Amino acid sequence: MALDVSPEFNQKTGMGNLDGQNLEVEQKQIALETQKLSAWFGDHHVVKEISLSVEKNDVFALIGPSGCGKSTFIRCLNRLHEEGEGARVSGDVLIQGIGKSGGRENIYRSGVDPVSVRRRIGMVFQKPNPFPGLSIFENVASGLRLAQVVRRSVLEEVVETSLKQAALWDEVKDKLKKPGTSLSGGQQQRLCIARALAVRPQILLMDEPTSALDPISTARIEELVMKLRGEVTVMIVTHNMQQAARISSQTAFFLMGELVEVGPTNRIFTKPKESKTEQYITGRFG
Amino acid sequence: MNIKGRIAPGNLGDRTFGFILRFFSWATIALFLGMLVFLAQLSWEAIQTYGPKFWAGTDWNPPMEEFGAAPFIVGTLASSLIAVLIAAPVSVGTAVFLREIAPRQLSSFVAFLVELLAAIPSVVYGLWGVFVLAPVMRDQVQPFLAEWFGPETYFASALGHLATAFIYPFSLIGNLFGVWQISLSELSVKMMAIAHGLFDGPPLGLGLLTSGVVLAIMIIPTVTALSREVLMTVPDSVREGALGLGATRWEMIRIALLRTARAGLVGSVILGLGRAIGETMAVTMVIGNRNVIPNSLFEPAQTMASVIANEYNESDGLHLSSLAFVGLSLFLIALFVNLFARLLVRYLERGRYA
Ligand SMILES: Nc1ncnc2c1ncn2[C@@H]1O[C@H](COP(=O)(O)OP(=O)(O)O)[C@@H](O)[C@H]1O
Ligand SMILES: [Mg+2]
Repeated sequence: MALDVSPEFNQKTGMGNLDGQNLEVEQKQIALETQKLSAWFGDHHVVKEISLSVEKNDVFALIGPSGCGKSTFIRCLNRLHEEGEGARVSGDVLIQGIGKSGGRENIYRSGVDPVSVRRRIGMVFQKPNPFPGLSIFENVASGLRLAQVVRRSVLEEVVETSLKQAALWDEVKDKLKKPGTSLSGGQQQRLCIARALAVRPQILLMDEPTSALDPISTARIEELVMKLRGEVTVMIVTHNMQQAARISSQTAFFLMGELVEVGPTNRIFTKPKESKTEQYITGRFG
Repeated sequence: MNIKGRIAPGNLGDRTFGFILRFFSWATIALFLGMLVFLAQLSWEAIQTYGPKFWAGTDWNPPMEEFGAAPFIVGTLASSLIAVLIAAPVSVGTAVFLREIAPRQLSSFVAFLVELLAAIPSVVYGLWGVFVLAPVMRDQVQPFLAEWFGPETYFASALGHLATAFIYPFSLIGNLFGVWQISLSELSVKMMAIAHGLFDGPPLGLGLLTSGVVLAIMIIPTVTALSREVLMTVPDSVREGALGLGATRWEMIRIALLRTARAGLVGSVILGLGRAIGETMAVTMVIGNRNVIPNSLFEPAQTMASVIANEYNESDGLHLSSLAFVGLSLFLIALFVNLFARLLVRYLERGRYA
């Protein structure tokens, strides 16, 4: 792919580039790149040397049959995989740095605190998991509280914008003090999205966020993801191929822990290069 | 959900089974009511003689036929309160450690030991209290406490002021309705006396504090095991939610775990409290058995359970009846604690897991 250009280079050349053909490609920045990323559960090698990159503020879909390592892969991207017993990771994950350098940082470099990585990379899980002890308001505010934000006015403002972003505000604005778990499943999932968005993450990871939901809630969340395009980089796991086709612009196909094919969603679904991809999307296995 | 099948009227097996079940559920209720009636009958003489004043009476003097239960109520509440104050943080802390921090092998081994501890008969705890704990309390713990928290210490003064500030608003209400007549200065003097007396007196080893510690040690295994079970019910998805937000281990425990498990943890502590309130044998052995309201945590005292165990053998007439009244009161307190626990748990749990 021609996207593998360092962000410094993009920033320098983006505006002044007169070559119309390259302009669009070169302005795209890479938000996240994995290099030979592998993951294990004990001896079980589950994710095998995956290298791919995700454009900034794009929606990137991960498809593949159940058990092929999609969840494990995505959980390596915010260093959550390593929390499990016997879990191990090797390889590198580069994300766009913050601060002056603006360069890319390897989140697996030694000395990097996983907690600080997770504050910058939000995650939405397969099963909605609002904190049962906390109100709707406090659920959304919880990430800010962790970041030591205490000013009531700031909290209120961020909670409102995040809930609006997650298309939940109108449904909950009169009951912010009710427990987060009193909402319906679809609402709980949007609450979790609001909770993740409240800390303004660079990247939002979503692991089959609609697989536990009804079709209407699913549609709302898809809509919401499409709205997030351009604001935040989204990596979404789904085993629903229509969903990937609807909302993503890049798609990667995983099979048994390996990356079979990656490319523009359109092409993956119309002209796959690999026969395994074709078999999968035409429903011949998985 | 509550699915109830129907008992088929024609089927003999079903009918017999249904009859047996119904019999036992009614038998439980009958036993409960029977106990209440029995206690009320036995204490009837005392109830007629004293009425509710029985609970306020501070003198218990069998030879003089004087009976007031206040020393025992205070003894029971104080020793149980000490026990819970010690046991709650220790037990919940241990449970959190076992579930969240310790490696799995160690965790299940320790959990197994803890459950064994819960099976030790209380008389064994009593013996340990008399022969091991009491000397340590007398020679080490009590002198230390007296030095730092005893009379004329900053701690005692601060506690006295705090207690005055806390109780004063209530005493104003009391004044308003003419129940109590107490001025601020009088109240302050009283509270100061109590605060400075809390860790006063000779270290005897046996007494209120020692019995509280023994009770704490007795209920810690139960409360720890229950708390651990409660923490086990918190789904991993909630823990991951917190970690995914960038919570540290400790922050995860605070916002995801303890908040989620709050109701269950309070419930397990209150079950421990219930056990402490009713515990008889171990307390009787270490509390010192003195029928007065103690001024100091070092002084010997008596609980409602221990006075019955000590005296019923050689009592008759009004004495026996008064002891029964103490038993009835204990029964009611235990019932009340249980009821309160249920309400509290329900209150903390509302809207959960919906
Ligand atoms: N906690 C775990 N311990 C051991 N093996 C696991 C665990 N979770 C998943 N696996 C294994 O790892 C492989 C990949 O799982 P996962 O990443 O969840 O796949 P997917 O999300 O694509 O369905 C599967 O073979 C699964 O059995
Ligand atoms: Mg999965």
